[in-house]
Amino acid sequence: MDISTDLCGIALDGPVLNGSGTYDALAARRAFGEALDRDFPFSAFVSKTITGPPRDGNPPHRLWETPSGMINSIGLPNPGLESFVSGDLPQLVGLPVPLIVSVMADSVEGFVTLIEAVAAVEGVAGIELNVSCPNVHSGLIVGEQPTETEALMKALRPLTSLPLIVKLTPNVANPENVALAAEAGGADAVSLINTLKATAIDPDRNRPWLGAGGGGLSGPAIRPIALAQVRIVSAAVTIPVVGMGGITDGESALEFILAGARVVAVGTENFRDPAAGIAVRNGLSAALERRGFASLAEAQASTLS
Amino acid sequence: MPAERPLAPFGRRSCAVTAAGDDGGYRLFTLLDEEGPRPAPGQFYMLTAEGEWQGSSGRPFLPRAISVARVLGERGGLRLGFLIDVVGPGTDRLNRLAKGDSCMIAGPFGTPFSMPKEINPEAVGAVLAGGGIGIAPIAVLRRDLVSRGVATRTLLGFRDRDHSGAVATLFGCEETRLAFEDGSGGHRGYVTDLLELVLAGDDPGGAVVYSCGPPAMLEAVRRMCAGHDVPVELALESPMACGFGACFGCAVPKPDGGYLRLCVDGPVLRGDRIASAMAGEA
Repeated sequence: MDISTDLCGIALDGPVLNGSGTYDALAARRAFGEALDRDFPFSAFVSKTITGPPRDGNPPHRLWETPSGMINSIGLPNPGLESFVSGDLPQLVGLPVPLIVSVMADSVEGFVTLIEAVAAVEGVAGIELNVSCPNVHSGLIVGEQPTETEALMKALRPLTSLPLIVKLTPNVANPENVALAAEAGGADAVSLINTLKATAIDPDRNRPWLGAGGGGLSGPAIRPIALAQVRIVSAAVTIPVVGMGGITDGESALEFILAGARVVAVGTENFRDPAAGIAVRNGLSAALERRGFASLAEAQASTLS
Repeated sequence: MPAERPLAPFGRRSCAVTAAGDDGGYRLFTLLDEEGPRPAPGQFYMLTAEGEWQGSSGRPFLPRAISVARVLGERGGLRLGFLIDVVGPGTDRLNRLAKGDSCMIAGPFGTPFSMPKEINPEAVGAVLAGGGIGIAPIAVLRRDLVSRGVATRTLLGFRDRDHSGAVATLFGCEETRLAFEDGSGGHRGYVTDLLELVLAGDDPGGAVVYSCGPPAMLEAVRRMCAGHDVPVELALESPMACGFGACFGCAVPKPDGGYLRLCVDGPVLRGDRIASAMAGEA
């Protein structure tokens, strides 16, 4: 089964990526050794989100298990741009697959700094923009506002010829409007869905369980919502869609491809199985074959009846 | 300085349950691991009971991080023993594993205990303090230290005698000092009472303390050792989704701000590397 593909010019030997913030390839290499590189679980690697200044992340507790999923309230801990570029980034570009770096800032200027620094590093294949942060000037969450998203993209587009992928939030009534704005501003692709706003209550202490009060829901619990949003967004835009949200196996990956995603990303399932990406990739090949598809490209080109 | 740290086989693997039974208030089951390396003392595994996982309630969904309590055998695979106390749906499911079932494991993961001389070149012996279910990694460490000829004293505490049955299985006839909160045997009180007596009676320059138990106990041990200027390594626990550094969920506060990831920086941490052993508890 030929499952090779590409994502806005990045050649991929398969359509399975990781969701940003769900896999630390460098920590995994310390746990598993070179076996990780020999059978790397993804066809492109998306880094955790990097911000300009370092971030410690949220106070514990950071996790809550839900029926068929989990809430995380991690808070984007990262070493900050400077340490990332001198520390982790040179190691990440040495991974056996293309590297997409995820970045987030609370202003256009902050994004400009991040993109200029990351795009200058040889070996970076693409940049994903995490727009789930409030703009420090307007107070609005960029990714919830089509006008803010388009303005951001228009400011960033001239900075680099690398593919720019906008990570969409599902916490809006009409995600296709934000996707269309990203496309109008020059985005090369959109990825969705990010986690759904969620919380958990500790009734013994009469307070939220999570240290930061709330977080984001992920896992198979959100898959039907993700499929609906991928379907709506991919019908609205002409740029490729990276589909994710509760993918656990080849069957669920195929559902996203048929809903309109060009490629897919595995997130929470990585926590349950460090090699989940391999299982999804192999399972997708088998699922395509069972449905009579000659290749991944044929499934990508098919439309739901 | 971390001790040698074996690499885990990549991914997860299915292991047969070769024995399972109630053992003094807890459940002890044994898995046959034909693939993995011998774990170092203090390391842990991510466990998922096959079948019924993510059952009618939709939980448990994530694997559970459990320290290995016993390591036996070399030929034909390792026999890994795990001690379970039911605190939620994950441990409830693991508690119901029976001989013939299978269990998915990933690991061994994490930074193990250091040897006493790695912590303090002048060390002449080790003092081990375990509480409740926390006797599991202490039992593995004890065997390792004894096999290396390290002088070791073991102090164990339980809520009552009914919860101490695994001592015989995991520690055999090795000398241990026991404390029971309800006075049903040994010292009436906490294991920290025994530790205080040992530290007060010793030349503290020669001791290294290792401890595992409930958060409040570990915090008491941490402060006691700091007060006596004795180095201590604590095996902590935390909610954890992945066990290999991916989820960033198992944050433990550092004294100077920021957090450690318990799964990769720990689960064994020097007492002076953390702000508190009770993160998220208060």
